[in-house]
Amino acid sequence: MSSIDPTAGEVMRPPLPERGWPRQRIIGYILVALWTLALLGLVAYLVSAWKPDMFWRYAPGYVSGVWITIKLVAISVVIGALLSVPVAYGRMSHNPVISALAYAYVYFFRGTPLLAQAFLVYYGFGSFRPQLDAIGLWSFFRDAFNCALFAFSLNTAAYQAEILRGAIESVPKGQWEGAASLGLQRLVTLRKVILPQALIVALRPYGNELILMVKGSAIVAIITVYDLMGITRLTYSRTFDFQSYLWAAIIYLLIVETLRHGIDWIERRITRHLKR
Amino acid sequence: MDEIAYGVFVTVSLALATLPVGLFIGFLIALGKQSPERSLRLAADIYTTIFRGLPELLTLFLVFYGAQIGIQQVVRLFNPSAAIEVNSFVSGMIALGVVFSSYASEVFLSAFRAIPQGQYEGGYAIGLSKFQTMRLVVLPQLVRIALPGLANLWLILLKDTSLVSAIGLTDILRQSGVAARVTKQAFLFFGLATLIYLALAILSSIGIGLIERRVGKQEAQR
Repeated sequence: MSSIDPTAGEVMRPPLPERGWPRQRIIGYILVALWTLALLGLVAYLVSAWKPDMFWRYAPGYVSGVWITIKLVAISVVIGALLSVPVAYGRMSHNPVISALAYAYVYFFRGTPLLAQAFLVYYGFGSFRPQLDAIGLWSFFRDAFNCALFAFSLNTAAYQAEILRGAIESVPKGQWEGAASLGLQRLVTLRKVILPQALIVALRPYGNELILMVKGSAIVAIITVYDLMGITRLTYSRTFDFQSYLWAAIIYLLIVETLRHGIDWIERRITRHLKR
Repeated sequence: MDEIAYGVFVTVSLALATLPVGLFIGFLIALGKQSPERSLRLAADIYTTIFRGLPELLTLFLVFYGAQIGIQQVVRLFNPSAAIEVNSFVSGMIALGVVFSSYASEVFLSAFRAIPQGQYEGGYAIGLSKFQTMRLVVLPQLVRIALPGLANLWLILLKDTSLVSAIGLTDILRQSGVAARVTKQAFLFFGLATLIYLALAILSSIGIGLIERRVGKQEAQR
């Protein structure tokens, strides 16, 4: 008698997809058809509304708008990353005063709309013109771009501080203890043991924050910065041509999708050692 | 002062009006995303990719001006001289609802995945129909799992309502902007506006805490 279980060869297979036309498939096909139609309609509209002279007049504006958007996001994310380190440190501090201050900072910037913060800086700081003049900062805050940069940096610093804190706290305490028992100093431990593990956890939230900043940067158009959205509004107000908004939508989607796939790629790449 | 109070009313009512729309669409999209039918998943994925990829402000303008132009062209067929103003409240509701729903669908989807298959099978085994299983067995658990994520989205929605000031809706931010221009005390009034938003956020956190406690209590009783 064979000791092999005769049923061992029969693997449980997933159920075959239903044949024919169940209701879900009908709805699904209709919806996909609608999306295809919408896409074709968009292409057809953009082709029919194509005016070469208008394109050459406004395309350079769009290019500079994209550049300003990228510049704004890049600089503020970098400044925010630098600012987020002390804030995250404060959030994790055992000193109640420091941790309360850091918590208040984070709560304020995460609890209020970015637009309101931008208004507060751009219009509100004008109230302090004499004081700002006295310390020579007025020329900085007179420019809408700088105001946006200021507000965005502070805002993203709050979000990034929370990401950093969450990532560092996600590393088990035993890692600290293990490093300490090897005689490593706290700073060395942080740099060589904790951060490499924490940054893997933090990568996805950082990527999301970057995408949120790209999307959030559209609001600077309201405080008269000519980023991609600002240029779009300007173009629309001059031409009353709806395609100006559609082009902006396409460009934003391209930027965001590129970022998203780039982050996915980086994540796959740095977590290779965790895959089996 | 009365005007800012009115702005608070507009902001809160816009957020409250958007919430059910966004939740409902988001739930449908989540159903589509976990369906075994590939075409349905594809359609749902396109939806979320588009509306999570576009800036909220741009979505708002697309809806506001797009609807205006679209309706105008339809109306012109019948009455060539008609000029139509699209209600900015409704446009704001649609745009924010669409954005909210695409994020909510992800929250619902992960909640769906947290519910074991056996719950459905148990529902069918005692003779419930598909719809009844969904309503009586799955949904109560789903709400509990999805609540923290949805609470987060509510806070984001509350902040996003500030964008409607750009299409002329008299919300908190626009009213304080008017007040700032009249009184020349910009910092005071925009500071007040941010504090109001902060207060709304704190109030919602308290409310969410209460709801969570209630839902958690039901869990404990069972």
